[in-house]
Amino acid sequence: MAFIPHTPADVEAMLAAIGVSSVEQLFDEIPAALRVKSLDGVPPALSEMQIGRLMSERASCDGRPLCFIGAGAYEHHIPAAVWAITTRGEFYSAYTPYQAEASQGTLQLIYEYQTMMASLTGMEVSNASLYDGASAVAEASLMSVRSNRKSKSLRILVPRSVNPQYRRVAAATAGNQGLRFEDVPYSAESGITALEALRKFEGEDITAIVIQQPNFFGRLEDVDTLTDWAHARGIFVIAVVNPTSLALLKPPGEWGTGAKGADIAVGEGQPLGVPLSSGGPYFGFMSTRMEYVRQMPGRIVGRTVDLAGREGFTLTLQAREQHIRRAKATSNICTNQGLLMTAATIYMSLMGPVGLERTATASHARTRDLIAGLTSVKGVRGAFSGPFFHESVVLFDRPVAPILSSLASRGILGGFDLSELYPELGHALLVCATETKTQSDIDRYVAALSEAATAARAA
Amino acid sequence: MSNVPSDLQYTKTHEWVRTLPDGTVEIGITDHAQQELGDLVFVEVPEGGRAVKLGEACAVVESVKAASDVYSPIEGEVTQGNPALAAEPEAVNTDPYGKGWLMRARLAKGAATAQLMSADDYRKLLQTEGH
Repeated sequence: MAFIPHTPADVEAMLAAIGVSSVEQLFDEIPAALRVKSLDGVPPALSEMQIGRLMSERASCDGRPLCFIGAGAYEHHIPAAVWAITTRGEFYSAYTPYQAEASQGTLQLIYEYQTMMASLTGMEVSNASLYDGASAVAEASLMSVRSNRKSKSLRILVPRSVNPQYRRVAAATAGNQGLRFEDVPYSAESGITALEALRKFEGEDITAIVIQQPNFFGRLEDVDTLTDWAHARGIFVIAVVNPTSLALLKPPGEWGTGAKGADIAVGEGQPLGVPLSSGGPYFGFMSTRMEYVRQMPGRIVGRTVDLAGREGFTLTLQAREQHIRRAKATSNICTNQGLLMTAATIYMSLMGPVGLERTATASHARTRDLIAGLTSVKGVRGAFSGPFFHESVVLFDRPVAPILSSLASRGILGGFDLSELYPELGHALLVCATETKTQSDIDRYVAALSEAATAARAA
Repeated sequence: MSNVPSDLQYTKTHEWVRTLPDGTVEIGITDHAQQELGDLVFVEVPEGGRAVKLGEACAVVESVKAASDVYSPIEGEVTQGNPALAAEPEAVNTDPYGKGWLMRARLAKGAATAQLMSADDYRKLLQTEGH
C-alpha cells in the first residue's frame, strides 16, 4: 500500500518544474558513504495470514506464567467491558483531537477522567494525562521549578526509595535544563526515607522533594512528617502515588498536618485498566492545586455553556500550551495518552470507589499471604520492618538470578531482582501479589521455591 | 487612537514607565497593548527583590487567546509586583496607566530612563504601525 498520494505524473510534473530529472537526484548532496544501500537481514515480506501465524507462535513461547513481578507495573483484573468500550470507533484514538470542540464526547470523557483523578488524589485540578509515570515525574520536577518562585536553586531531592526508572527518566529529561536531582538514602531497617537523612539539607535552597507512596520497595513512607518538613522550609512536595493504593491510603492532597497537602501529585496510571503488555503503552497522571494550574503541562478540558446556555466541553487554559506559547510552553512533551486514559476512566466507572477499595484490600491481603509463605522457606527472610501495600522485599542466602531461572522453568515469574540497582541490599527480590493471585497460586510459588532452594543447596 | 499620556515614557514593545517622586519607577503596558491583547484573564507579575535586565521578560499577560511576555524597559531591581492583579487582571484593560500597573522597580546604579521614547515618539510609532 502506497502512503504517498502523488501519482507518477504528479511527481514528474513537480520534478520538471524545479528542473531535476529524478527524485534520487534530490538526495545528491548526501555522501555515498552515508547512504544505506539495502536493508540487510530483513526477511521477505509476509502476507497477513503468514504474519498472524508467526506472531501467535511467538506469543505462545511466553507461555502463561504466574506473575509475581510488580516494580512499577501491576497485573490487575480488567473487566471485559473496559476494552470492549474503549475500542469502539468513537473512542479509538491515542490523541486528544486537534479540532477538539467538534469531539464533545471525547472531551466529556476527558473531563470525567480529570474529575476522577482530582478526587482520587485529593487535589483540585488534573490534566488530561501524560506519557507515562516516569515522564510525569520529570514534568512535575520542571513544574515545581516554575511554581516555587521563592527557590532559585533548581535542586530536587529524590530519595533512593523512588522507582529507579523514574529517577533516570527525570534526570535524562530535565538534567539538561539545569535541574539537579540529589539522592536521599533510605533507612536500612525500614526501607523508607528517614527525617535524619534530610538533616544535611537543612538551611539550603531546595526547590522540591519527590516522595513516592508506596515507595519502590512497596513500603509506606511517613508522608505527613516528610511533607511538614518540606513545607516548613518552602520546599515543594511532589507526590508519586499508585492510584489503586489511594483507595486505602491518605490522598496526596491531605498529606501533612498543614492546610496544604502535596503540591503536585503524579503517578503511573497503568493499574487502572491497562494490561501489562510487556511494558507499555501506559499513561501518566498529574494533578495539582488551582494556584499552580498555569504551570501544569498538558491538555485540560473545562466545562462551559454555549450561547444558548447548553452545557458543553472545551479545551481550556491553552495559553500554557505549545501551540500558543511555543518555546515558552509549560512542556513540549505533553503527549496525552488518550486511549489508555479512556480505558482508565471506564475502569474507574465500573469499579467505583468500593470496587477500587476491594481491589486494594485484596492485593494487600494477598501480598501478606505471599510474604508469610516465602519467608517460611529456609534461607528466605523479610528485608524491612514496617507497613507495606502490595509489594515487599525478601532476602535470600544466595544469588537471586539462578533461583528466578529455576522458578521461570516452572512457569513462575518470581519477582524483580534488586541486586543490580540496590547491591547494598544483598540477594534481594521485590515481590508483588495482587487480587489476581489465589492462595493456590501462592502455595505453588512457595512449593516451587522450596524445591529450587533445596536443589540449589544440594548443588 | 489609543490613550498615550504625555507624562510617561514608552518602549517599542508597548510598555510604559512612570518616574515616581522618589526616583523609583512604575511599569505597565500601554492602552494600545491592552486593546491588542483583548480581555486579560491572568497576569503574572515578578516578585519583589528580583533583578531585571533591560529587555528581559519579567511579566506575563494572558488573554483567552494568547499569553505574551512583558519586557523590562529598565535595568534594576523589582521592589514590588502589583498584588491586586492576581484577583483582578482586568484592571490592566480598564485602567492600564493606573490600577493596572504591573511592577515597581529601583533603577540599577548608572541605569537611566533617558533612552526610552517620549509620548510624542510613541504616538508616531503607533501611527506608522497603522493605528
